[in-house]
Amino acid sequence: MNYSLITLEVLAVLMGLIVLLADLWVSPTARKALGLGLAAALGCLLAFAVGSLAPQSGSAFSDMFVVDDLARYFKGFFLFAALAVVLMAVDFAPKFGAGLSEFFALTVFALVGMLFAASANDLVLLFVSLELITVTFYVLNSFQRTQLASLEAGVKYLILGGVSSAFMVFGIALIFGTANSTNLAVLAAKQKELAHSALFLIGLLFVLVGLGFKIAAVPFQMWAPDVYQGSPAPATAFLAVGSKAAGFVLLIRLLVGAVPQITAEWHRLFVVMSGATILFGSLCAIPQRNLKRLMGYSSIANAGYLLLGIVAGSAAGSTAVLYYLGGYTLTVLTAFTVISAIANHVESEDISALSGLGQRSPFLAACLTMAIVSLAGIPPMAGFFGKLLLFKSVLDVAPGHPELYALIAVAVVGVVISLYYYFSVIRAIYWGGQSANLSIIPVALSTRIVLVACVAGMLVLGIFPQGLVKIADHAVAGLSHKVAPAKAAH
Amino acid sequence: MDSLTSVILIPVFTAVLLLLIPGNFRVVLRLAAILGSACTAWTAVSFFSRFHAGQEGLQFESLVPWVTVGPLNLAYHVGADGLNIGLILVTGLVGFAAVLVSWNIERHVKLFYVLLMSMIAGAMGAFASLDLFFFYFFNELALVPTFIMIGVWGRGEDRNWAAFKITLYLTLGALIALVGLIAFYVAAGANSLDVTVLKAHLAAHPLSAAAQTWIFPLVVFGFAILVGLFPFHSWAPIGYAAAPTATAMMHAGILKKAGLYAILRMAVPLMPDGAHRWLPVVAVLAVGNLLHCAWVALRQKDMNLLIGNSSLAHMGFAFLGIASLTVIGVTGTVLVMVAHALLAGLSFALSGYLETQTGTLDMTRMGGLLRKMPFYGSALVMGFMASCGLPGFANFAGEATVLFGSWKSLPWFVIIAAWSGLIIGAVAMLRALRAVLQGPEKPEFSRVADLNYWRRLPFVMLLSAMVLFGVAPGILTSRIEPAAKAVLAAHLTPSQAHQAPAVPAAHAAPAASAPGHSGH
Repeated sequence: MNYSLITLEVLAVLMGLIVLLADLWVSPTARKALGLGLAAALGCLLAFAVGSLAPQSGSAFSDMFVVDDLARYFKGFFLFAALAVVLMAVDFAPKFGAGLSEFFALTVFALVGMLFAASANDLVLLFVSLELITVTFYVLNSFQRTQLASLEAGVKYLILGGVSSAFMVFGIALIFGTANSTNLAVLAAKQKELAHSALFLIGLLFVLVGLGFKIAAVPFQMWAPDVYQGSPAPATAFLAVGSKAAGFVLLIRLLVGAVPQITAEWHRLFVVMSGATILFGSLCAIPQRNLKRLMGYSSIANAGYLLLGIVAGSAAGSTAVLYYLGGYTLTVLTAFTVISAIANHVESEDISALSGLGQRSPFLAACLTMAIVSLAGIPPMAGFFGKLLLFKSVLDVAPGHPELYALIAVAVVGVVISLYYYFSVIRAIYWGGQSANLSIIPVALSTRIVLVACVAGMLVLGIFPQGLVKIADHAVAGLSHKVAPAKAAH
Repeated sequence: MDSLTSVILIPVFTAVLLLLIPGNFRVVLRLAAILGSACTAWTAVSFFSRFHAGQEGLQFESLVPWVTVGPLNLAYHVGADGLNIGLILVTGLVGFAAVLVSWNIERHVKLFYVLLMSMIAGAMGAFASLDLFFFYFFNELALVPTFIMIGVWGRGEDRNWAAFKITLYLTLGALIALVGLIAFYVAAGANSLDVTVLKAHLAAHPLSAAAQTWIFPLVVFGFAILVGLFPFHSWAPIGYAAAPTATAMMHAGILKKAGLYAILRMAVPLMPDGAHRWLPVVAVLAVGNLLHCAWVALRQKDMNLLIGNSSLAHMGFAFLGIASLTVIGVTGTVLVMVAHALLAGLSFALSGYLETQTGTLDMTRMGGLLRKMPFYGSALVMGFMASCGLPGFANFAGEATVLFGSWKSLPWFVIIAAWSGLIIGAVAMLRALRAVLQGPEKPEFSRVADLNYWRRLPFVMLLSAMVLFGVAPGILTSRIEPAAKAVLAAHLTPSQAHQAPAVPAAHAAPAASAPGHSGH
């Protein structure tokens, strides 16, 4: 067996352990330096993961664990997200009080869960890696122990996460009972017979409940706004980016890779789910005043847009999901970095805290504006091209399916609504209300670097999307999309 | 560089340069913006003068593949023909004028000029683009600057509401058009949104009439919202009244034409059956612009609302020309677009200057200003007379051409409406002139000052362009006509005419009669 395939994961686990151990000897004042060191190490790991030394394609552990282009794609951006989150946490440190090294270590362990999720080719590994992510987030979300909101976020995530895990494990049991295997490749081979087994379908549905919880799709979205609002900003950012992306890579592997036929038969279910998620997220975001809560609803709406790619069920759809997630990651990291930098200074996460930002820190104002513009899907940012790809993937398969045209109409309405609340943020930055305090907001160098990298990334992806689209296209080429045209035909 | 790319890149580079200048160097910022927009205008003028009139096909072309992955194939393709060369020229001129009249901006000078330059770049890019994806991309570049500019430097209590209204309307229109464009991409099967590729592909494999019938309205009504076609027009006057002068000039003058340009560039030539089916509806709605908006303009006390509504009425002519589906009508539409860009830019610049002097735009409170401001007054008289359709200005040439073109092909009530719209518009303009310039002098305006030497430059520039194209419209029409013929090429071939049996006889008439017109 080829153990070298899990080099990346092993290195990450080691890194987490080293951080935990180092905590014993590093003085509390030097813990920020520990974070910077960890960030540097993650940077090396990222370079290794996307470089030519990365593990070759293959599978290990009786085909439970695969490394393919899809896995590599997601591993690359999980590592990038973790790197940005660690840097964000370094800046956020005063708010944690004690336990900064534990925060770093837990972030790395959550990252390990995501790295395994990207390679999961078996429902058991899927479950274990998701649990690793979820359990670490129980702690990360309630990391500001002295704050009630943070504790509430942790408990809420714990209870709802527990319920969804229960559904998922039950579903996996039913699938194992009917298919005699939990391996996705085996399921793919047997999907014709399995499609007639009611028990298998129920099992699959239960697994979808678990994944729906991860990506915060309606009707499993209830936790998102509270948890986003209560958790410390770096944890929220990692949750918004990593957890959602992990959910989507697993959805793609399961729905598009393993059981595309059943996905095609269920496509009305996904149409309804996607439309409802878009509308729910967009409409509920309108009255929000707390920036992180607003981002929570926005993340629900974005889950709906991402589901458009799953609805399409085609290679183009999966490519669009991958590209969109790439742009979304940069955008959300930018937004949360700015929010956390402001919250450090102003002690508020209310939209009104942004008033006067245009004068107090033109740099932060410009970064947040560009992130918002990207979220709203306006050129030249990455969000625009991502939405274009998603819309196109659905319209590609739409002829003959009136419900898909309805879904596109819903998505257009959602974008227009979302523009209202996104632009309210821009208004707050430039002319909303009078801020009594016009002191300059200092921005740490590490934060500056993260922001410049993310904004530059958004612009490059938006203006020159060719590179990432090509990579995403390669990444999904291995999945069995062959049934997609058949779906369009019937 | 002999490719239109330069005219897009100059404002982009200016914006980047402005970003690098510290925010408190106001004079340097202003000078850099003036210099950058002057270079843009000069480049645009040079392209216009070097354009070979009377020649078919594209000039100053350049093509760079941009995204080619699987079935997705988008390219950066710019080039000029009669449809856009005039628009590029006026974008340069109005953009330069907009920078020049912004001398009274005091707050956030740097941000203002960066946003203004990106608006100019977006407009240039939209008009230069032959790939519809890039057209959309560039057109949307102006959205965020518009929003921020209205909010930060706008006027009036309602500017917050106006900023949201204009943004939401423009986005809705753009998104509907985008869905139409994607649907068109999928249905056409050419794996491209490049109009030249599409044209060649569709000539061999025409799009089914059924597909055209539902895609055409998405594209055309989506873009028509951006132009302010009745009844989707209510954002325009409110938005312009709240916008700072430069934004109103760029938006009413230039960006509003982008929707019309897209309809002429893509919808009409590539979906002839859809055009026959839906353009009569557009013509009837255009009557709403001509009559309703002109009538509303008549009732305005605020000068910006007057100009905004009257500019919507002028857009009615542009739609009529397209709906006529004749070479003369389409040529007239392009003339109207060019002339109106100059007129709207001039009008909003004039009203902006008036506000800096009097502190208000309420025309009922003014009077006798001609004596105080002879140069300003003369410019206002010339601008508003041009808006009335006085011969000698480009607007007359355009509107007369549209009327000639649509005389036979449109229903009689539309022509009557266009004619009466002109009269109502003239009454509105003349009443405004009387209110502002004539009558007794008001004591509270005793300190108003006329434009001094160099501040006259933008007004003189725009007025002379209007007079030039009014006296010698041939400069424009000789450039436009081959392109107008190309727009209608699919409508003029007999094979297309009998492919659309569902078209009622009255609407099929323009296709049959057009060859006769084109020989003028």
